[in-house]
Amino acid sequence: MNSNNNMLVKLNNAGYQHNDKWLVQGVSLTVEKGKIVTLIGPNGSGKSTTAKIALGIYKKIDGEVEKYTNKVGYVPQKISIDWTLPLRVLDFMILTENLKDETIDEALSLTGVLHLKNKNLGNLSGGEFQRVLLARAISKKPELLVLDEPVQGVDFTGEIALYELIKKISEELNCGILLISHDLHTVMSATDHVVCLNGHVCCSGSPIDVAKNTEYKALFGEQASQILTRYEHKHDHVHTSEGDIKKN
Amino acid sequence: MYIPVKEILKKINMFDDFFIRALVAGLGVAFVTGPLGCFVIWRRLSYFGDTLSHSALLGVTLAYSFEINTAFSVFLVSSLIALILIQLQKKTNLPGDALLGLLAHSSLAVGLVVIGFLTFIRFDIMGLLFGDILAVKIDDLFIIWIGGAFILLVLRLIWKPLFASTVNYELAEAEGLNPERAKAIFTILMAAIIAISIKMVGLLLITGMLIIPAAMARNISDSPKKMVIFSIIGGLLSVIIGLFSSLEFNTASGPSIIAASLFLFILSLLKIKQSIKLKN
Repeated sequence: MNSNNNMLVKLNNAGYQHNDKWLVQGVSLTVEKGKIVTLIGPNGSGKSTTAKIALGIYKKIDGEVEKYTNKVGYVPQKISIDWTLPLRVLDFMILTENLKDETIDEALSLTGVLHLKNKNLGNLSGGEFQRVLLARAISKKPELLVLDEPVQGVDFTGEIALYELIKKISEELNCGILLISHDLHTVMSATDHVVCLNGHVCCSGSPIDVAKNTEYKALFGEQASQILTRYEHKHDHVHTSEGDIKKN
Repeated sequence: MYIPVKEILKKINMFDDFFIRALVAGLGVAFVTGPLGCFVIWRRLSYFGDTLSHSALLGVTLAYSFEINTAFSVFLVSSLIALILIQLQKKTNLPGDALLGLLAHSSLAVGLVVIGFLTFIRFDIMGLLFGDILAVKIDDLFIIWIGGAFILLVLRLIWKPLFASTVNYELAEAEGLNPERAKAIFTILMAAIIAISIKMVGLLLITGMLIIPAAMARNISDSPKKMVIFSIIGGLLSVIIGLFSSLEFNTASGPSIIAASLFLFILSLLKIKQSIKLKN
């Protein structure tokens, strides 16, 4: 057993191969309660694969994965809903766990889609569907949230608001979050630990450490490095969704 | 104290009538095919159902050969075919539909060949293929209603993981619902419903009983629960209309029930047309 009670999931030198090709290998990382771990890396670098290893979706893996919780919320990167299923947002919310009506309403209003509750899932736009996916994952008050590009297709102001929501949830529920994102700007300010993948862990650490890493610079270029280091300064103001700047 | 012995006897006698027996049996089957049929449509298992029911003929012939209960023997053979299918999918590079066709027709053929050897028994082939209401005995009623209740109970228990994995396998797996187990149990339930309904609808038409009421229900429902309820109602109506016309026109029970369900399906198409008009 692990002595650290805050541990939610631990990957030890984990890897997965499909059709004799390694999708990712040698990944070690831990997600703890109240911490946000972000996976970054170019396309095909094994981010989603790593998430699926952590979730236990892939069974035949290399190395070890230890999961200490069963209360998991998952927002997959790709999900296609079949038209043969008559499925409303409401039915989708209780897909893996029965919830009280108030709990459903609360989660849907947090992501701003309460008005879609009785709509057919097939009629939603990409961004609306993404908000429903996030609402579903947080509604069951999970201990571990795995978010694979959770704000893809969401409009710009919505994107910022949703990232703030994710940060808030991690504090309020004290849950651990494994986040996958391409959006270096928004993510880094809220992340505790960054793992930079490129088929293997190319570097990891706090956002600042990663930004200074030469391998990271080689992978993303000088500009991306500057984006990260910008967060070294303390924010003394916040940007509201209306575009105003508020002093703290 | 007055005990209505005569009335009770009368009620029991009622089941002596072949038509009442067929009706009670058919309604029992419809209660189970309703929800299972929805899953057959959602999970795209129409041809899987066909394959299992074709293999039922082999089960029937084995039942005659070894003098065991037909439903039990059909259940065993259908489950075995399902297992073989899963193994073949893992071990060969053939596409799923080719494997289904291979198993469906070869088990049907082997069943018919075995019948050829059993010259000492007279088979009502038409009855096997298309159902025979005269063949439904009191024992069958027990098998249908008790077996059916059991199937529904198990389906209720695995509903959450089965439905969640139908919508998205990885979500169900990630959030700890064990979809593989639910899928395996569902396969066994499919074999069971085919086993208990074979006398009513016949082995060529069981899949119709599973699919058509559920397809009708899809046309008029906007949530999974509603679809299941409409599917059951559609099945019950099909059995009632089908059996009464089978009696009236002296037609085989299976085709009559399926034709009735087709009639309901066509009616449900009208409803779709209406709602499209309303939207415009």
